[in-house]
Amino acid sequence: MNEIILSTIILGLMGIVFGAGLAVASKIFAVEENELAVKVRALLPGANCGACGYPGCDNLAAAIVDGTARVFDCPVSNEAVVSQIAEILGVQVKNTVREVARVLCSGNCEVSSNKFLYDGIKDCSAVTQIFGGFKSCYYGCLGFGNCQKACPFGAINLDKGIAIVDENKCKACGLCVKACPKMLITMVPVNKRYLVFCKSKDKGATTKKYCTVGCIGCTRCVKACAYNAITMEGPLSKIDPCLCTNCGECEKVCPTHSIVKISEK
Amino acid sequence: MFEQIATSFISAILIENFVLVRFLGICPFLGVSKSLSTATGMGGAVVFVMALSSAITWLTQYYILEPLGIEFLQTLTFILVIAALVQLVELILKKTSRVLYNSLGVYLPLITTNCAILAVCIINIQKGFDFINAVLYGTFAGMGFTLAIVLFAGIRERMELFSDIPENLRGFPISLIAASLVSLAFFGFQGLVK
Repeated sequence: MNEIILSTIILGLMGIVFGAGLAVASKIFAVEENELAVKVRALLPGANCGACGYPGCDNLAAAIVDGTARVFDCPVSNEAVVSQIAEILGVQVKNTVREVARVLCSGNCEVSSNKFLYDGIKDCSAVTQIFGGFKSCYYGCLGFGNCQKACPFGAINLDKGIAIVDENKCKACGLCVKACPKMLITMVPVNKRYLVFCKSKDKGATTKKYCTVGCIGCTRCVKACAYNAITMEGPLSKIDPCLCTNCGECEKVCPTHSIVKISEK
Repeated sequence: MFEQIATSFISAILIENFVLVRFLGICPFLGVSKSLSTATGMGGAVVFVMALSSAITWLTQYYILEPLGIEFLQTLTFILVIAALVQLVELILKKTSRVLYNSLGVYLPLITTNCAILAVCIINIQKGFDFINAVLYGTFAGMGFTLAIVLFAGIRERMELFSDIPENLRGFPISLIAASLVSLAFFGFQGLVK
């Protein structure tokens, strides 16, 4: 009995002493938080998505104040927030264009064919490991929504077996880009409305067999573009968003409609 | 005296390496070994905490627990003492040395309740070390941990970059296999000191 009482008293005492000691120490060794960091932190979205490369918004805020990160390093914050942060720190930012993620495949279930029936785990990475996926086209979107699961902002929807980004909700964090096993998603300035929605590196004839909206490498768009914005990457044409002027000539000549204008919502 | 320290040094680092032979502190060993820089930070923090807690728990054992005859509370008391100590150290570091805090700070809370730390304190008592030897053993054990984690981080970095790993083994599976191979290699040190 004595032992129980003794050990309770000793442990209790130790607990009290340590607790009191730590409380005193935390007062003595208190460090004032950097006021600027607190202000910057309040402006950041607070989603702790990690897209900036720091573990969370607190760390990015501290890094921005330290000068190790730039004011626009949060890919989620919009221009207004960036300029507010810049104002707090007394620096200037030049205007930047907002980017959005685009899924470069429009081969939905109505226009593309499958090579086998898949009845396994509903996960793009899992199905990719089986003969590169169930679609005839090795490069196409599989539509199980790994990108949708990765998106912290609910900006990706699945429609007829392909993923589509809602540009109003997209915050350009880039997490979907990493999540796609087919590497179909790229970041593009939001004001560029024309893109080649195909990543197939198959020859034109093969692509045509698999999918009616795939790029067949006919090079008509390259010739039609007056600004040299379109180049061929093997059998696939690519529009350089820096040179594109949204004139729309390429869409008119594209025989398979793999170049489409992205409609504004 | 010197011979004893040298023996303790070799046995704590190579023969009885905390991670690779005793299998203690596996969690940070796998969790924080993705890059060399974080691994060295973690190692530094472990050396620091192991040495400090060896000292403080030795004092607790021989000046509080034994005189009162309540040695059976060893584990509980040691955890309490170590946790409080690390908290205190973190507070002091944050205030006094920003550089040291930035390199060790994030890892300190991670290792407060690490089994490797508790183990080193209990082994100190079991082996009947005096105060100086206890602190030295704690330091050496921490160095052994650092050696293991830094070696392993190097291996993982190289694996990420240069190895053609089968898709199903990428990431943690191959790390576990690599860790077991490193551990096997360390078993080769058995019997180095009689």
